[in-house]
Formats: sequence, structure tokens, C-alpha cells
Amino acid sequence: MNVPREALLILAGLGVALLIASAVGFGLHRRAGDGPRRGTIDNLNARIRAWWVMIGISGGVLLAGNGAIVTLFGFLSFLAFREFITQTPVRRADHTALFVSFFLALPVQYLLVGVQWYGLFAIFIPVYAFLTIPILSAVFADAQRFLQRTAETQWGLMICVYCLSHVPALLTLRIPGYQGRGALLVVFLILIVQASDVLQYIWGKLAGKHKIAPAVSPSKTVEGFVGGIASATLLGASLWQITPFTPLGAAAMALLITLVGFLGGLVMSAIKRDRGIKDWGHLLEGHGGMLDRLDSVCFSAPIFFHVTRYYFSI
Amino acid sequence: MIERFVAWFLSFGLKLLTGAHGRWSGCAPVPVQRVYCVNHTSHLDFLLLWTALPGRMRRLTRPVAAADYWNAGPIRRYVINRVFHGVLVDRSGKSANPLEPVFDALAEGQSLIFFPEGTRGPGEGLLPFKSGIYHVARHAPNVDVVPVWIDNSYRVMPKGMFFPIPLLCSMTFGVPLRLLEQEDKDPFLTRLRSAMLELQPPQ
Repeated sequence: MNVPREALLILAGLGVALLIASAVGFGLHRRAGDGPRRGTIDNLNARIRAWWVMIGISGGVLLAGNGAIVTLFGFLSFLAFREFITQTPVRRADHTALFVSFFLALPVQYLLVGVQWYGLFAIFIPVYAFLTIPILSAVFADAQRFLQRTAETQWGLMICVYCLSHVPALLTLRIPGYQGRGALLVVFLILIVQASDVLQYIWGKLAGKHKIAPAVSPSKTVEGFVGGIASATLLGASLWQITPFTPLGAAAMALLITLVGFLGGLVMSAIKRDRGIKDWGHLLEGHGGMLDRLDSVCFSAPIFFHVTRYYFSI
Repeated sequence: MIERFVAWFLSFGLKLLTGAHGRWSGCAPVPVQRVYCVNHTSHLDFLLLWTALPGRMRRLTRPVAAADYWNAGPIRRYVINRVFHGVLVDRSGKSANPLEPVFDALAEGQSLIFFPEGTRGPGEGLLPFKSGIYHVARHAPNVDVVPVWIDNSYRVMPKGMFFPIPLLCSMTFGVPLRLLEQEDKDPFLTRLRSAMLELQPPQ
């Protein structure tokens, strides 16, 4: 396979970073014993273990090629959408609309991305699925809280399927001088968003004092936000060689991605808080559900896709 | 051989659809003989519970199911008898002791998945219990009765729908209880009922 050499280097770098994280986690575990910080450190170690799995899978998919990347994100969309719909009060009359969303809209969206049909994948869900869902719910003649029910299904489909599908859609961009390296744009986006989440977590745990949005997300702090965004932006700038951007351009893109990602996390936290849940699910030990890990990606992916497409694609 | 594959395949499919997450809050997932008492809202329920069990417990655990429903049609008959080794009980009232097959399974040391409501409920709360579970507990007083709450399965496949949608389902396993000496039917059923209701996740 024609896997860009840089992708392998980044995987190796992540492996080293995780080894260090695991060693630090082990050290903290030894030092904390049964002390008061035990819970936080156990959660940290669970997160690190889950990262091994996530990076292992990502690496395998990256090596397997573009088709595997599209398929992986299709599956992630399925998991995220399932978590989202679980938290909505769907009724019996929505059954068919949901069935169609899961088993028709979702696969078709990723198929369109896979065959690189931009003209249709860009509008398929906002136009066709958007109109089909309320039609199907109305056919089953249940008017109770109709707008709310319909909006919830449409929203889930937009965030979990449409927005997330813009990650593999990066592979469809035709950028002069960047042929065959589309997978690196995917790596750049995911790496920066996830690194930003992790760095915000680390800065928050080490220096966090002032809550940034206590009513929506009590664990986010000003220090975590500033430190995380700034260090993720620096990381983005340092990775400029894997992108079609200049060093300054890469920094600007990383800043954009992390800001939108942060705000996306805030939006999804507001939903969780309203529903009275802490996590979307329990798929990833220490992290919660798939949507807890992907909320910031869902928001930053379409923005990153369209800004890159507007300025760089032909 | 084929049956084990079919069981694995159905179980895997259901895990993909629902996550089938087991919360062992009141007892541990160990292979000892138990009667799992579960709320019943969907045909998927016994398969969900079976999926949440670790592999070594699955072989030991059989669903108690209604003969009239599961013997109607070759596919159902195949699935319940050959794949899941269901213990079929006759609900028609014609049989002298409809629980006979259940007692036999208990005598062989097997665990059971039991629906004390005797039929599928609407999804919220519990229907009145049939007396079956009391007779089972009376017959085998040394077997743990484990209350279990399945959350969400009625939304995965509501009554009257023929295809499931993907939604997360969880099963909470509560603290085992046993029939006390001299305990009558009604106090026991009330005790079991409230033990099951307590496992409902807060809404």
C-alpha cells in the first residue's frame, strides 16, 4: 500500500508518547496508593489503556488504506448515532424513520463519500434525509411532540453521521502537489482535535482553577482551555510538513480546529447536562461513550473540510 | 456445531445493535446456579440477557419460554429448542404441572432466565407477577433468585414491529434473594417485584 511515510512516523511517535503516558500513569498509581487521588488516577490509567486500543485500531486502518478509513468512520458514526438516539425519547411512530436513518441514510452517506460524489454527499442528509424523516414519522400518525421528536432525529443524523463523514471526505479533496496524501489530512485533523482534548485535560488537572462554563460543563477550566488550545496550536504548526499548508497556515488551521472542537464539546455537554447524564455511553473505559470522544471532531470536521476545500482544493 | 455458530451470530448481532451492557451491581458474573428474574418487554429480552453473560455462564443458562409462541413455526422452534435449549412451558392451562420442565432443568443444575410477568409488558413498570416464580423458589429454595432489570429493550423492537433499531440496552443484576422459610406467595412476589423495580435506572 502507498501509505505516506509520515503517517508511520506519527504512529511511532504516538507509540512513544503512550509509553511515556503509561509509565507516568504507573508511577502515579504507585505513589497514590489508596490515597484521596486514587479515583482520578485510576480513571487516568483507564483512559491511557483505551488510548492504546484506539491508536492501535487507527494505525491498522491507516495501513489498510482509504477504503478502510471510510468504513471505520461509518462504523464510528453508527456507534455515536446509537448513543445519541438512546438519549432521545423516541416513540413507536419514529421506529421506521429511525430504521431508515440507521440502515439507509448512514450507509448511503458513507458510500457517497467512498465514491467521492461531492455533489451528492454534501446535500444528501441536509436535503433528502431531512425531509424524509418527518414524512415517515407523520405517516405513522403520532402528533405528540412531533417537532421535538423530528428535530432530535434530524439533529442526531446531522451531528453523528453528516458532520462526522467529513473526516473521510478529506480523502476526496484534490489539492495541487498533495496527491495521494489525503490520509495525512485525516491524521492531522484527528490528531489535533484529540491532542487538544488531552492537553486541555492535562492543563486543567495541573493548573485548572477558574471554571469556564460552570452551568454547562463543570470540569472545563479557563487554564485548561488556554493551555490546551495554545499547545495544540503549536503542535499543529510543528506538523506543517504533513499538510498542504505553510507553518503559519498549519497553526491557523490547528487553532480553528481546536476552537470549534472546544465549542462543539460545550454544545454536547449542554445536551448531556439537560438529559442528566455524565457520559454518552460506556464503550471506552475511562472516556465514556464513543460520542464523548468524538464530540469535538463532529464539529471541527466539516469546518476544516470546507475551509481547506475553499482555499486549497481545485 | 452449527447451532453454536447461530447462537454466537445472533448474540453478536444483538451486541452490535444494543451494546448489551451488563452491570453486575448486586452479584458477580460467576457460573453458579441461579434463576434470573427479568422484566419482559420484547422478544429480544432473553437473548439480550444471554448476551450479557460471560461465555462460560451462557452454556449453563436456559431461557424459560412460552411453548405456544415459540413452537409456532419452524424458525422459532429451531431457535428456541436447538440453539438456546429453551425450557418451554405450556401456558394453556391444560397441562397438569406446567412447571415440570423447569423443575427438571433445575434438577440438572442449570440456571434459568425467567420472566415472572409471564408475558410482555408495555415497557414501563411491571405487570402483576404470575405465581410461577414462587413455585420455582419453593421447589428449589437453595437456588439464588437474581432480580434483573433490562432497560430500553422495548424501544429496540416495540410490540408489533418486525425489525429492530439500534439503541443502547443495559442489564442490571441485583442482590440475589431466596424464599424465606414460611414465606407465603404474596410477600415473596412483592419482595421480588420491588427488588426488580429498584434496579431501574433513574429517568
